[in-house]
Amino acid sequence: MVMDVTPSARLDAIFAALADPTRRAILARLAQGEASVAELAEPFRMSQPAVSKHLKVLERAGLVSTGAEAQRRPRKLEAKPLAEAVGWIERYRAFWEPSYDRLDALLEVMKVAEGKRPRKRRLT
Amino acid sequence: MTTIGKLTIEPVGDTQIRAVRSFDAPRRLVWQAHTDAKLVQRWMLGPEGWSMPVCDIDLRVGGKWHYVWRNADGREMGQHGTFKELSPYDRIVHVEKFDGDPTPGEGARIVTDFVERAGKTTMTMTMHFASKEVREQALQSGMGTGMEVGYERLEKIFAAETAA
Repeated sequence: MVMDVTPSARLDAIFAALADPTRRAILARLAQGEASVAELAEPFRMSQPAVSKHLKVLERAGLVSTGAEAQRRPRKLEAKPLAEAVGWIERYRAFWEPSYDRLDALLEVMKVAEGKRPRKRRLT
Repeated sequence: MTTIGKLTIEPVGDTQIRAVRSFDAPRRLVWQAHTDAKLVQRWMLGPEGWSMPVCDIDLRVGGKWHYVWRNADGREMGQHGTFKELSPYDRIVHVEKFDGDPTPGEGARIVTDFVERAGKTTMTMTMHFASKEVREQALQSGMGTGMEVGYERLEKIFAAETAA
């Protein structure tokens, strides 16, 4: 069951953007403060064009915006769309985690019940 | 196989989300718990305070299912769908939509796989979202205002990746 229904096309783009570990790491870095392409490339030891490619995907998903500062053009994390995706995941978790905990307990009961009554052989 | 008791959730590809959870039980029992309405009603309840007054399952390809949950305030939420594939105890494919959802189409497509090893079962649920579906209402409900997304929060969300 998908908590709170199917997401929008924008949420699809957000999840696609998040599906890459380098992009997630870029977001984590931007969560600490804005940074230019050069500043982002350095800790990853990636080329700037490579970083720019990832940034384009993040910008298309609305997760990153570019500041006006002419020379530096800092990239900034856009928290609201990320919060939407996060919210979806958290709502999903809020439903399924307690449900599965309950299922763990039910499976224990089912196993015990089976132990007490040996299963008859079935053809199906 | 993931650690038993830990639910991992991660985006996959362009339009998929995958949830993985392992159980200390053979697949046959996990399958039964997912397909027998009397059993489903005992666990698929979400957080404390919710009940499941409706749990109807017509377990066959093309068969329909319908769930309704009710919370402590009496608020109800329903979901319904159709089974597309049933391969005991391997795979269930179904579509689902919330009751009252006006958008056209059958809803999201969910593929649930069960793999057993040494008496324990790993369940993988892959959700396929069609990008055409627009559900702004879903994003608005339950969304906190002024949500801060800090570094620690990102780490927690992506725990599946760092744990891998």
